Order: sequence, then structure tokens, then C-alpha cells
Amino acid sequence: MSTPLNTFKTQGLTKVYGTGPAAVHALRGVDLEIPKGDIVVLLGPSGSGKSTLLNIIGGLDRASAGTAYFEDQNLTDMSDRELTRYRRDHVGFVFQFYNLMPSLTARENVELVTEIAQDPMDVDDALRLVGLGDRMDHFPAQMSGGEQQRVAIARAIAKNPTVLFCDEPTGALDSSTGRAVLHVLNDVNAKLGATVMIVTHAAATAAMAHRVIHFADGAIRTVEENAHRVSPDEIEW
Amino acid sequence: MSPLNHKLLRDLWRIKGQAGAIALVVAVGVSLLVMMSGMLSSLQDTRETYYERYRLAEVFAPVTRAPLNVLDQVAQISGVASVQGRITGGALVDMPGQALPVRASALSVPRYQASRLNDFYLKHGRALDPARTDEVIVLDSFAQAHDLQLDDTLSATMNGARRSFWIVGFAMAPEFLFTTAPGEFVPDDARFAVLWLNEDALAAAFDMKGAFNEALLSLERNAKPEAVLLAVDGVLDRFGGQGAYLRKDHMSDRFISEEISGLQATSVAVPPIFMGVAAFLLYIVITRMVQSEREQIGLIKAFGYSDFEVGYHYFKLVLVIAVAGAGLGCVLGLWGGRAMAGVYQSVYHFPFLVFHIEPAPLVSGVGVSVLAASAGGLFVLRRVFALTPAVAMRPPAPMDFSRSGAMNERLKSWLDQPSRMVVRRILRNPGRLFGAVLGVAVGMGLSSAQMSLMSGFDDTLDLTFGVIDRSDVSVSFFETMPAETVFDMKHLPGVVEVEPTRAVGAVLRNGRNSYRGTVSGLPANARLNRAVDKDMADIVMPETGIVLAKSLADILEIQPGEMLQVEVLQGRRPVLTVPVASIAETLLGSPSFMLMDSLNRELRERGQVSGVYLRVDSDQLPALYEALKAMPSVAGVTRREDARAAMQKLMDTGAGAMRYVMAAIAGIITFGIVYNAARIAFGEQARDLASLRVMGFTRGETAFVLLGELAVVVLLAIPLGVGIGYYLSFLIAAGFSTDLYQIPTTFRPDAFGIAALAVVLAALVSGWLVKRDIDRIDLVATLKTRE
Ligand SMILES: Nc1ncnc2c1ncn2[C@@H]1O[C@H](COP(=O)(O)OP(=O)(O)OP(=O)(O)O)[C@@H](O)[C@H]1O
Ligand SMILES: [Mg+2]
Repeated sequence: MSTPLNTFKTQGLTKVYGTGPAAVHALRGVDLEIPKGDIVVLLGPSGSGKSTLLNIIGGLDRASAGTAYFEDQNLTDMSDRELTRYRRDHVGFVFQFYNLMPSLTARENVELVTEIAQDPMDVDDALRLVGLGDRMDHFPAQMSGGEQQRVAIARAIAKNPTVLFCDEPTGALDSSTGRAVLHVLNDVNAKLGATVMIVTHAAATAAMAHRVIHFADGAIRTVEENAHRVSPDEIEW
Repeated sequence: MSPLNHKLLRDLWRIKGQAGAIALVVAVGVSLLVMMSGMLSSLQDTRETYYERYRLAEVFAPVTRAPLNVLDQVAQISGVASVQGRITGGALVDMPGQALPVRASALSVPRYQASRLNDFYLKHGRALDPARTDEVIVLDSFAQAHDLQLDDTLSATMNGARRSFWIVGFAMAPEFLFTTAPGEFVPDDARFAVLWLNEDALAAAFDMKGAFNEALLSLERNAKPEAVLLAVDGVLDRFGGQGAYLRKDHMSDRFISEEISGLQATSVAVPPIFMGVAAFLLYIVITRMVQSEREQIGLIKAFGYSDFEVGYHYFKLVLVIAVAGAGLGCVLGLWGGRAMAGVYQSVYHFPFLVFHIEPAPLVSGVGVSVLAASAGGLFVLRRVFALTPAVAMRPPAPMDFSRSGAMNERLKSWLDQPSRMVVRRILRNPGRLFGAVLGVAVGMGLSSAQMSLMSGFDDTLDLTFGVIDRSDVSVSFFETMPAETVFDMKHLPGVVEVEPTRAVGAVLRNGRNSYRGTVSGLPANARLNRAVDKDMADIVMPETGIVLAKSLADILEIQPGEMLQVEVLQGRRPVLTVPVASIAETLLGSPSFMLMDSLNRELRERGQVSGVYLRVDSDQLPALYEALKAMPSVAGVTRREDARAAMQKLMDTGAGAMRYVMAAIAGIITFGIVYNAARIAFGEQARDLASLRVMGFTRGETAFVLLGELAVVVLLAIPLGVGIGYYLSFLIAAGFSTDLYQIPTTFRPDAFGIAALAVVLAALVSGWLVKRDIDRIDLVATLKTRE
């Protein structure tokens, strides 16, 4: 069925919101294979279904039809409990709006995850990796947006995730902070071997990916393999 | 409709659960206000009208026997508007099929009835035919209790002679709003009758031709009642006057007055509690809303809306909830008031009792309630005013937890992350935690106090009918009897033990404080009817001196060892000055006790008894009743069990029944606050909780973060609730206690245990309800939004 080389494999993945004439077809049969260790960038117009896809293969949402495999596990068959387990053991999320716990410091936000992870990395290492070694004891309210986003990334990578999902991670950031965040994602991929999926509207981001998926109207239009990847530092914003 | 009003409606819809709950709290408060203040004015007005219409006397002056011309002397007294004499007498009514004879008061109806004092309302039937002496009008409540019909015959024993009467009418009278047999405290419709007979019939029965034994007076507007009493006593003294007294000391009026003042106290104390709770709930709900909508507020202001417009928008939400609640409360209150009036009318035997409420106090009361409830919302408007449009331009600032400061270092060492989240949230906003704790504690305190009051009532019964009075049957005589009677009664069927008693009416005086009651003379080794101290140990009657009930000592403001003046109203009417020997624990009435022999010595009446307490072989009761019925000297026979049952019934109706309602309401408040606290916490943390779920925390782990705070609230609230309840139970008991009955206040672990359990249960149910919401959290939808 699935080759161990693929992190994800989907077939005919469909998502319909609502019923009858008001139904919205967010995904219209997505067939996709994502090899282990790739950085994948998803591009596409607003409302084309990028977030929906991410949410389903990230175990946050359920498909209406079709199958989605994570390695050799069928996500579409899983119970809520199993999905929770899946997220806990394998998945890291980074959202556009950071979603840090305001009542916990940067370090504690990361510890929140390492406490329940199977094979976490050192909390300080995770924060140093995102360049926040000196801000560990600050609360989210005391940090800038970019810093908060980096804490969110540190939190997502600290469990040594198999996959890292980033839904518009740079959406709220300026160009230099955005680049710094992409740099971190690149490092995580390089150093930890995590598969990284990035949804973005900044088409230039595609330059750092192994693979670029173009999305339109709930389906994949094209998949490009990137022969010449560039460092995030060189990305035009 | 303006877009802001659209927003208002949507917001209301969104928080409909909470808004409904708060409106309900307001509604309960307002309905209690409407109900009780309406009931209060209705009762007062009705009593006033009833007294006026049927000309209830303002002064009652019982006397042994005075010729009718003495009335002219009384009429001369300054301040007296009119005076009439009547004949009253004790009677025993023999009800077919009932072993126990029923005590009755027989009252004379004069031949000519124009503007008669102490008139009655003829509910059914007709007036007495002045020419006939065998007609009777019977108290309506008694007739109903025994299902008597017009034209029935009634057999009554008066002054030792048994006679039959035709029932021609049923009546109600303002002097019998509350019907207790003379000397008793517990009303019982079935066991006390009033018979109105033609003057001639009564004069013949009691040998009162051309005489009267009770003078009824109405007073002029500017009369000085105390002076009138003194003058009346002066005139009637020669004829065996037993001391004139005012209407307010009449048993029936005393009961209704107690009820009215109880109602007054409750109507002042209770509704504000609800308004406070509503204000608190509105405060936290609106705070939460303003907090989560700070950016929208900034944005609306940036569009050019003024602070006032924006503030008013949020205040409108508060007003809508408060006004809707108040409106519902008015409807409920009017409806409840009508129902309550029905209950009062039957308990207090009013011929009419129309529930009505003055529009002015209603409007102002409801207005104040609405304002009080919305005060919580007003508080929050400050924040709305303080927000600047610039806020809207900034990315959302996470709530600042850095201020929890010094605590952080310590926390780190021994708490895991979820626990830290709980603790920091609490430290971040201790005021709100305190508010929730206080709310829950007050609710719990209120319900535990009410419950301990309930068992307090039971204690009253147990103490009165189990410890103090251990007889099976008590018998009273019309006139005092020689002590030999006691020996005779030993031979009646079934009698195991006989104990005599001698009760005399007396006015007890200590300086300015006085009390009109009875002094009971007890034998030296009383066993059946005793005085006990607060440890339930027998009080040995002193050779000289008097033992006072605690409530009586409080009224007279007198301590053991001090001298008390006792003006005996019977016999040769001595005025004694005796030391207070000790204080007795009693819960029913405000009695006083002396050694029977000492009392008789003071009266110079050797070995006289006015009643006996009996211990009886219960198999022989019917035979005993037969024998007692045949004794002309017997004025009344009371079975202890009947008295107890009647007392229980009294406690369960009227104001007594309120305590059940209050306990239930307190429970609802407690639940409301606990649930609201949980909901608010959920609303505030929905996004954090969703994030936790995304990170792979299980539902249980996520729920811990949310419910941890609730657990802390509950854990802190319970001890505080015990404290508040303890204090409240004293307050409430003091409020409920009168000279007619007292509520003991002892700490009752069971009541507090149940209240605490109810709080825990409320927390568990709330927790479960909110936990369901956690399970249903839509991860994707929650994370898509900024807040
Ligand atoms: N809860 C929902 N109910 C109904 N329709 C929805 C819901 N969530 C998403 N949709 C619809 O599904 C489609 C895909 O949404 P999705 O969020 O995946 O788009 P996207 O590609 O991430 O867009 P963007 O780049 O703007 O974030 C859209 O048309 C959207 O309107
Ligand atoms: Mg999207």
C-alpha cells in the first residue's frame, strides 16, 4: 500500500461543508504523495482548500470521502482518541496567530509539549534553535509578534515531530522576521529530518521548498519538484 | 435597524444561556420583592379594613363579674369612645364520633346589634333570632374542619350543663384570625371552636344576668392607651378585673403581627441578595465580552462612534437582560402573590384577602432592582471608555501574565504546565476568583442556614414535646380545684401518673419592660411538665423566686439574681417581688415557673390546682376521655400528639413554608454561580483549550486546565460558606424567633454537610456540562479566529 518513503499519501480526499444547494466543496478529490523529509510549500488562491487539506492530514478535521495515510496508518479510519494520539506523537503545528498560552512563559509553552512527548528535544535547545535563548522566561505579552511565532515554532519542533504543519506562519510578520521564521523551518527540516508543510500566500517562499504544490478550487493543479533550492535568506519578499 | 443593534441581538443570542440564567436570577429577586411587599401591604390593609369594618375592640378588659351599670363608669374614662360588655365562657363541644371533647369559647351576642364591637362576618346562614336561646353561630373554620352543616345540632357543655343548639350560621371574626384555645399557642381549627349565642342564653348558663365578664372598648383618636388601661383596671378592680390589655396583646393579633414583621424582614433582606448575585454575574459576563471584543471596540471607535455610543451599546445589553428579568419577575410576582394570598387567607381566616400592590412602590422597587443588577455592567463601561482605536491596529496582545511575578519561581519547582496555567490564571485575576468564591459561599451559606433552621424547627418540637412536656394528656379546669382532685384523677381509667399544675395570668414587670403572660406553678419534683436548663437538666424550683424562659428574660432584660415584679391577675391579685432564680430553655411561648406551693402561698390559696398532666395507658384512652367528658370542671383536654401535629402544621405553612422555598432558591443561586464561573472560564480559554487539543492533549487533560480553577473556587468557597452559613443561621433564627416561639441555633454539621455536598454536586454537574463543550470544541473553527 504505502511506501515507507512517503510521509503522506492521499487518494480521492474530499471535504464538503454543509449539505444541499448550500454545500461548499472545499476539497474535490485530492491525490497526493509527500515523501519523507521534504519541505512542501502549498500555494493557491484564497478559499482553494489549502487549510482544509492541512487540517485533515494534521488530524484536526475529518474528510468527507477518500483516504489519507500517514506512513502506514489510515487517518480517515481513526477514532478521536487515535487522532489525539497521532497529533501528540507525530505532529507539530504553527498557526498564523501563534496560539501561545498567555499564562505560560516561552519556556513553559514549550515544556507544555515536551512533557507529553515521547522523545522530546531539550527545551532550551528548541528555543535556541529559534534564536530565543535569552527570552525563555518572558510571557507572550512581553514579546513581539515574530518572537511569539518563533516560540510557537519552538513549541512545535520540541517534540521532534515527524511532520510540521505551518499554516501561513509568516502571514502576520514583516519581511525580515518572516525570513528568520523560514530559516528556522529550514533548519528544522535539515537538522531533524522532519517533513515540513507550509501553506503560504508568499509565492517566493516556494524557492526554499523541495516540492511545490499548486492548489486551485479544491484540487491539485500541478506539483513541481524544485531542483535548485535557495536559502531562505535569499528569498525575495 | 442599526448595525450595532444587529450586533446586540446576535450577542444576546450567542450568550442566551447565560443571559437567560441571569435574567432568571433578576426575575426571582423581583418576583420575591413584588410578592412579599405586595403581600405585606395587602395583609396590612386587609387587617386594617377587617378590624375597622367589624369594629374590633382596641381594649379588652376581662373581669370576673361586673354589673352592667359599671360600663357607664368605664365610658366616662377620658379617651374611651365607646364601651360594651359581653359574656364569655368556656365550653366543651361534644363532637359525635370523637372521643376527645373540643374546647370552645362561647361569646354573647347582644339583643340589639347596632355598631356592635367585635362583630363577626356571617359567611353562611342567618343572624340569631333574639327570641330564641337555642340557636348558635359557629366559627367557620371549626365548622369546615368538622364538615358541619346549617341546621345541624351541636351539643355543648357549659358550666357543667349540657345543652343542644341549632346551628343557624357560620361566621368569621377579626378576633379569631388565628384561633388558639385560651392559654395555648398552637392553633388548630379542628380543636378549638367559637360559639356565638344570644346574650340571654349565655347569661343563664353562666349566671350573668344583668352583668358582664368582658368589657370591650374602642378609643378616641388621641387617647393615651396606657392611661386608659390604668383607669379601666381601677374601675373594674372591685369586680375581679383581670387586667385590661390592648389589641396588640390579643393572641390573634399578636400572631398576625409576628407574621407581618417576619414578612417585612424577609422582603427587605432577600431580594437584594438576588440583585447582588445578578449584578455579579452580569459583571463577569460583560467583562468577558468587552475583553474579547476589545479590538472590535477599538475599531468601532476608529470609525467615529463616540465613547458614549459604544458604551451605551454594551450597557443596552445589560439593560435588556435586567429589564427582561424584571418584567418576568413582575409577572411571576403578581401570580405568586395571588397564590400566596390564597394560602394566607386560609391560614389566617380572612373573609377576603385581595393581593394588590401599589404602583408607586412597584415601579420604584423594580427600577432599583434593575439598576442594582446593572450596576455590575456599569462597572465594566470604564474599560470600554478607556480603550483607544489604536488597540484595533495592533496584533492581539496576549493577556499579560508577567505580573504574577515572584510566584513564578516557586511555581516552577513543583507544578506541571497545566497546573501552572490554572494557578497563573487565578493569580492574574484574584478579584474575580474572590467574587466567584464569595458568590458560591453566600449561596451555600444561605442554604445551609435555611437547612439548619429547618432542623431547628424540629428541635423546637422535640424539646417542647419530648423533653419539657413528657405527659400524654393535659387537662385544664375552668376554675381552680382543691389538690385532692389529683388523687381522684389517679383513679380514672388508664391513668398511670398525675402531676398537678397551677397557672395564673400575670403581668411581669422589670422597670420599663413588661410582659403579659402566665406563671406556672410546678410541684417540687416535676416529672411530666418540667423546666430544664440549656443542658436539658431539670431545674429545681426554688422555695422563693421565679424561673424565666430565656426569651422572657430577654424581653424583660433581666438577669438571674435581680428582682422581678409579678402582678398576679387572679384571685386576690397580689403584687409579688421575687428574685429571678434561673433561666429555663423553652422554645414555645415565653413561660415562667414558680414552685406551686410558693405560688399558692402568695395567693393565699391552699393547695389549688388549675390543671393536671397525665401519663396514660394508651389502650384506655377512649375510656379516659369518656370519664373526662363527664366531669363538669374540665375545661379542656389536650393530647400531646395533637398539639405536636398542629405545631408541625403551623411551621409548614405561611412564613414557615418560606424556608423550604429559600433553601431551594439558595441551591439554585449556588448552581448558577458555579455554572457561570465554569462557562466564563470556558469562553475565555476556548482558544487555549483548542490549542492544547491540537498539540495532542487528551480531553481529560484539557478539561483539567479548565476545571482546575472551578475546583479551587469550590474548595475555597466551602469553608467560607460554612462560616457565612453559621453566622446567617443566627441572624435568621433571631429574625424568626418571637415571644411565641423560638428557633434554637446550634451548629449543625449535617446541614452544612448537605450544603457543601450540594455545592460539590453543582460543580460536578457544571463541570460535566462544560466538559461536554470541550469535547465538542471545533478545533479548526476556533483556531481560525484571532480571539
Ligand atoms: N466551516 C466551514 N463551513 C463552510 N465552508 C467552509 C468552512 N471552512 C472552510 N470553508 C470553505 O472551504 C473552502 C476552503 O477553505 P480553506 O480554509 O481550506 O481555504 P484556504 O485555501 O486555506 O484559503 P485562505 O488562503 O484564504 O486561507 C472555502 O471556500 C471556504 O469558504
Ligand atoms: Mg487558509
